[in-house]
Amino acid sequence: MRALGRIAEPPATLAAAGTQARRRRRRRSGALLGALGAVAILLVVVGAWELYADLSGIDPAILPAPHAVAKAAWLDRGLLWDNLVTTGGEVLLGILVAGTAGFVLPVVLHLSSPLRRSVYPLLVVSQVIPVVLIAPLLVTWLGFGIAPKLVVIGLVCFFPIVVTTLDALSRVDPELPKLMRTLDASRLRILRHVELPAALPGLFSGAKVAVTFAPIGAVFAEWVGSSSGVGHLVQQAIPQLLTARAYAAVLILSAFAIALFGLLTLAERLLVPWAHEPSRQGRNR
Amino acid sequence: MDGVRVDAVERIFRGRGRRGADVVALRGMELRAAPGEIVAVVGASGCGKSTLLELICGLQAPDAGTVAADPAVLMPQRDLLLPWASALDNAALALRVRGVAAAAARRRARPWFGRFGLGGFERARPAELSGGMRQRVAFVRTLLAGKPVLALDEPFAALDALTRQEMQSWLAHALIEEPRTVVLVTHDVEEAVVLADRVVVMSPRPGRAIAELDVELPRPRARTDAAVVGLRERALAALGAPA
Repeated sequence: MRALGRIAEPPATLAAAGTQARRRRRRRSGALLGALGAVAILLVVVGAWELYADLSGIDPAILPAPHAVAKAAWLDRGLLWDNLVTTGGEVLLGILVAGTAGFVLPVVLHLSSPLRRSVYPLLVVSQVIPVVLIAPLLVTWLGFGIAPKLVVIGLVCFFPIVVTTLDALSRVDPELPKLMRTLDASRLRILRHVELPAALPGLFSGAKVAVTFAPIGAVFAEWVGSSSGVGHLVQQAIPQLLTARAYAAVLILSAFAIALFGLLTLAERLLVPWAHEPSRQGRNR
Repeated sequence: MDGVRVDAVERIFRGRGRRGADVVALRGMELRAAPGEIVAVVGASGCGKSTLLELICGLQAPDAGTVAADPAVLMPQRDLLLPWASALDNAALALRVRGVAAAAARRRARPWFGRFGLGGFERARPAELSGGMRQRVAFVRTLLAGKPVLALDEPFAALDALTRQEMQSWLAHALIEEPRTVVLVTHDVEEAVVLADRVVVMSPRPGRAIAELDVELPRPRARTDAAVVGLRERALAALGAPA
């Protein structure tokens, strides 16, 4: 009994914890430096734009200066907000639909390889359909409401989620199901305890790609037929020569997409922290 | 049923060899393990040792001969701990997959942590544990499966030499406390002699038992002990290693 306790290895583990903390610190300072660099590059680009717009004598209806865009964003804040709510709602709902389908479908395909072999090529085919062309057809069919927008967003968003989730599922160690069988686990329990958690990081990586596509899908669907939304707003603003407002709308939708990406990254850190932590397995093997 | 009985077992993998040739993993394999006995199986890589364990665990069926064994649980070479679950939840997995509720499974797994030198690491995730500790968590998971036969497939092969020796003496103590029927597959002859009541030597593929050594030595055994060294040499000779 005593002998069993004696061979515990707290020193090794403490040392490892120290290394991990150091690595984490180094990573954090690197991230800070990267963020500063990104801000610097952005400032240079905006500064160049401002100088060009102010000094070249270009018509503000063709290219408004950044300060004019900022002013339009402030003056039109109510209008921009109302339209962002519409588009944001479409994007969120679309991602939710795409995320659910993009997670459930790979799990089903993973469970049945004949199904996988027949459905996967069809999924690829669904991606070569030019969404730009079928959006008007969807409006003809589904009307001007939210339905065609969800279909368009779903079409552009769900494929990356399917691919990354399938990928995560296929990386499950083939020895694990074998071990689980000797532990008398049913197929359903193996799914619940091994495969679903293993697939979660795939869902998050896919969703991060998807949020960058979703606003494109939403705006496009709005262009084809809608009475509100950021896409609709831009479409109205340009012929009225309210170019600064159009730029402000672009700015605000981009900010929304960035915020969404940030939120997903945060959720990923909280919910699947194991997916990105450095593994020590290599060192012990 | 009593322990493990493997009689005249043949196992062929059809078309898995080079150019689609059949691979005969085992032919005429015999093995006995009485209840509570620790039998070590040694042999060169690829002699069908892992196949033998999967037959005992019921993961494969023999092409000829019979395998009769009490319910057996496999402990693979790699710990295969789930990276998202705590050490405690990994150990409790054996209960969870049989439908035990999370709280009850943890309650039953917890006492083992103190007994096996894992106290205080219940909440650590596998990535925070050393190789030896991970292997101990895997062993607790194996014990919690509640099966009379343990099929250990080179459980320490992935560890460094020092940790491996520690884990071998740890396993020797653990099996004194928790006696089970054990079939231990290893390519480490010393490990076999230090841990087992009996050592079965297998031939290269197609694998079958070609020698059997009784290890009637008191425990714990030191690897430097003259009798241990002598048995090790005999086992190596049976394996065909140059003296």
